[in-house]
Amino acid sequence: MTTTIDNPVMRPVTTIPVPVTTYLTPDGQLVSSVPVGASYADGTHLEWGDPLVPGAVVLDEQVAPRASWSGVVRAGQVLTIVDVGGNQSGDCLLYNAHHTDERYSAPDTLAWQDNAYIRTGTVLRSNLGRALMTVVDNEIDRQDTIGGACSRESNTLRYGHHVMYHHGCRENFLTEGAKHGLGMRDIVSNINWFMNVPVEEDGSLGIVDGMSAPGKRVALRAEIDTLVLISNCPQMNNPCNDFNPTPLRMIVTEPDVDYEVGQ
Amino acid sequence: MALAADHSTDTVLNARADARAQGGQVSDWMPYLPASASPFCPEDVDPDALTWAETVAPGGYTHKVLARGTRFRLEDPTGEACAHTLVYNALEPTERLNVADTQKIPWQAYLGAGHPLLSGDGRVLATIVADTSGRHDAFCGTSTAAWNVLRYGTALPEGPAPAGRDLFVKAAAKHGLGPADVPPSVSFFQGVRVASDGSFEWFGSSGAGTSVELVAELPLIVLIANVPHPRDPRPGYVVGPLRVHAWRTPESTPTTPADERFDASPEVRRAYLNTIDYAEARGL
Repeated sequence: MTTTIDNPVMRPVTTIPVPVTTYLTPDGQLVSSVPVGASYADGTHLEWGDPLVPGAVVLDEQVAPRASWSGVVRAGQVLTIVDVGGNQSGDCLLYNAHHTDERYSAPDTLAWQDNAYIRTGTVLRSNLGRALMTVVDNEIDRQDTIGGACSRESNTLRYGHHVMYHHGCRENFLTEGAKHGLGMRDIVSNINWFMNVPVEEDGSLGIVDGMSAPGKRVALRAEIDTLVLISNCPQMNNPCNDFNPTPLRMIVTEPDVDYEVGQ
Repeated sequence: MALAADHSTDTVLNARADARAQGGQVSDWMPYLPASASPFCPEDVDPDALTWAETVAPGGYTHKVLARGTRFRLEDPTGEACAHTLVYNALEPTERLNVADTQKIPWQAYLGAGHPLLSGDGRVLATIVADTSGRHDAFCGTSTAAWNVLRYGTALPEGPAPAGRDLFVKAAAKHGLGPADVPPSVSFFQGVRVASDGSFEWFGSSGAGTSVELVAELPLIVLIANVPHPRDPRPGYVVGPLRVHAWRTPESTPTTPADERFDASPEVRRAYLNTIDYAEARGL
């Protein structure tokens, strides 16, 4: 299809057709020329799961592949994150909901517990060393807070400049953070739920195939009112989502009883 | 799962090999580094003088800090690009494009060759020095998420219809700027005119292969979002790739009294005087 446009300023010229794809939107179909990233393949097994901690459900939302999410988990409430499709990295940042200068700190979290991995019982600490959330239950061997988030910029280092246009987690953090007055200075080293980053004996470190599976969960109890940012990682250049971006489910419960770690 | 089968990433060493094997590829939309390696260097520009070379994806954005005196050219290879553009004084970014002054001070609503992009501080941030399109707009700004939901049914930044403002907010963040630092913008390559009753008349593109060239009158932060013009009447979200090249040569200087455009009007002459005064005081 070419279109000739009558141009009062210059001679008439002919446009080159731009390739378009049809997408489904809430309003129906949309024709777009945007190179949108991948979503999960047809036939992918999804398990939407249930809250890990029983109680009244106060929030229950799905995070689409590639999308961002945020919410405030009040002190005492428990956030269950469901890895619906399996091995889908949920990049995560936490903030004191009332004073966002206090935010998640990977080094404080790791140093206090004297271990490089997040497991049941890990207290997710702030840059002031205080408890933001506690991992009260966890269904995979270990969770990551070493691997950080992908970004357009770091993707050029790891894979090449040809992927700079891809969507990335830092883009999601900026989008979601802007809704809460957060900007570039507020993005720090994060947690990656359901992502696997081993540190090997010789110091080798990297993102490898995940240990999670459809329906696996982690449960976080807020120790103070906590703002949670999530980027459902869109990365298609490493195994942080099994090269198959799937949804996450976020469920907040008001627990029936004072829930203890691993109960 | 089919894609995972293409990768061997079970160990750190295998994952590293898999990542490294992806290097050296090209895509339709990417920055070219070094800029002199651009496969699309303009014919009249020495590749070795290039300081920025990039093709921006449909629905994509880019940003750069440019030295004073840099020339930068935006090209629309398909006739479908729409380069929503913001410029800031890189040294004091509270000084930024002021669209009202950009139209009012030159007594001219429509952008074209010779038109200054003015800040709200009485200075010229950039001057349009060449224009083969003639189809631009300084009235309608860029799209917002609310507008795109109305127009296209979606506005998710990761989806098929991202809003220009949302892209600007991300680009601005990468220079330490927040949403309050994103003012009204201008757009190149899709024209709008005001009819006698005030309604906007859609002129759209003047076709493939046009370009706009600007000169940085001060050190600039340049933000560009390549998204459909908000008044683009087509039902689809159609926008083409955008080419960007910038270069510096001994001859490419900010506007000086020796340039014809310096004296194009009494207002713009004073704007250039203000700009030069600022630059000289800062030792630029």
